[in-house]
Amino acid sequence: MADEDDIILSELDDEELVQQMHDDLYDGLKEEIEEAVNILIARGWTPYDVLTKALVAGMTVVGNDFRDGILFVPEVLLAANAMKGGMAILKPLLAETGAPRMGKMVIGTVKGDIHDIGKNLVAMMMEGAGFEVVDIGINNPVENYLDALAREEADILGMSALLTTTMPYMKVVIDTLKEKGIRDDYIVLVGGAPLNEEFGRAIGADAYCRDAAVTVEMAKAMVARKHNQMGA
Amino acid sequence: MISDAGLTEAGLPPDGRGRVLLIACGALAQEIVALKAANGWDHLDLTCLPANLHLWPEKITAAVIEAVGKHRRDYDSIHVVYADCGTGGQLAEACARLGVALIPGPHCYAFFEGNDRFAAHAESEITAFYLTDFLVRQFDAFVWRPMGFDRHPSLVPMMFGNYEKLVYLAQTEDAALDAKAADCAARLGLRYERRFTGYGDLAAELARL
Ligand code: B12
Repeated sequence: MADEDDIILSELDDEELVQQMHDDLYDGLKEEIEEAVNILIARGWTPYDVLTKALVAGMTVVGNDFRDGILFVPEVLLAANAMKGGMAILKPLLAETGAPRMGKMVIGTVKGDIHDIGKNLVAMMMEGAGFEVVDIGINNPVENYLDALAREEADILGMSALLTTTMPYMKVVIDTLKEKGIRDDYIVLVGGAPLNEEFGRAIGADAYCRDAAVTVEMAKAMVARKHNQMGA
Repeated sequence: MISDAGLTEAGLPPDGRGRVLLIACGALAQEIVALKAANGWDHLDLTCLPANLHLWPEKITAAVIEAVGKHRRDYDSIHVVYADCGTGGQLAEACARLGVALIPGPHCYAFFEGNDRFAAHAESEITAFYLTDFLVRQFDAFVWRPMGFDRHPSLVPMMFGNYEKLVYLAQTEDAALDAKAADCAARLGLRYERRFTGYGDLAAELARL
């Protein structure tokens, strides 16, 4: 908490506080993040601005440093946990204030795989970018994906796999979508450390995304393209 | 005796004897040395890459390619004693390109138990976390510290929340390792099970060289 610290968060001006939040996210300090989110809201910031300028911007730094090998898994997990604390405060407020709606994503780890740190991070950053995210968790057989896509009327399907033995299951899901004639109803994004672009293409996904930041950009671009096509 | 800590972080150079070079993961060194001694496989020489490359599997393929290049001229043939190890097929592709053999299978947990047997229970054992002899001995250096549990105990449930049991796939009969593995399970908050595997497919693969 701030009173155990040298820094009193409430005494910082907005700019300093946002900078401090970036540092606190980097250090995975959940309580400090929650406190700072409440301070900004009390100062009249919109929930959307707190989300994007403080949380998402800070988490982007964490993601980049993980990609570049400066941070490792535990630091990322702690940072994600801190961001989750802040998001929990913002979510109900965002719903009230009508932040931009980008589209809806169903995301889950494939059958046989229970690695979920990367998937959770992608889910959170997609939410941070204004997508509605339905996280169906770990170890999902094809039926789970199909049910969730239909029930949620989703635009995007996201699948995660970290094991060589579970990667091929993504193709099972995509082939099932094809068989049912609904493949083109969805944008299919895949990810996980052992995958690569070639694999994504080979199984018929729309894109392989290396990390959460790339996923957000890819999803935005593909949703925009889809809207344009439908409009034309 | 080769030091386990050295194998985790530094690897092992070849000693220059033997016609066939094994380029192995440090996590397999003691097992290969034991198999060599037990079977009198003096034609095999061994060099190991640091076992902790496994935490950054994207680096494994390049490290193996470099090692093959470095030692190629000095041996009649080279065999890579890795499985896929999370390289997403890239290690197999590189080995095929270089004309060197690779152990089949996804990872050492599978080939110690036998790839077929492992695959057969994969579905019913999704919430299991496996340790081998090496990983039991190197649990702190390989799991506990890299996963940050020494600095942040709160990460244990975040990381292992979906796991139910720790299965120690034992290569050797060793009561001390059994006790240590049981302790690892307790530290992770998991149920403990021990399963003797011996050297599994590793022994069969090396016997063919
Ligand atoms: C942390 C970890 C674990 C943790 C998992 C904790 C958890 N709750 O998830 C623990 C220690 C429990 C674990 C267990 C196991 N693991 Co593990 N694990 C790792 C490790 C070190 C890091 C993975 C990670 O979390 N990275 C951090 C996140 C942020 O990165 P990421 O997952 O890559 O996600 C990013 C991108 O890939 C992308 N992305 C991810 N998902 C998605 C989804 C979509 C839709 C999109 C668009 C993008 C995207 O964006 C993310 C954010 O930037 C990797 C090695 C590695 N460096 O990759 C091994 C690794 C994946 N594990 C491996 C293995 C073998 C196992 C075990 C079998 C080991 C065992 N002893 O039993 C078990 C498997 C259990 C099971 N049934 O699933 C192997 C796989 C080998 C293989 N042949 O496939 C690896 C490669 C290590 C190795 N080289 O041996 N593991």
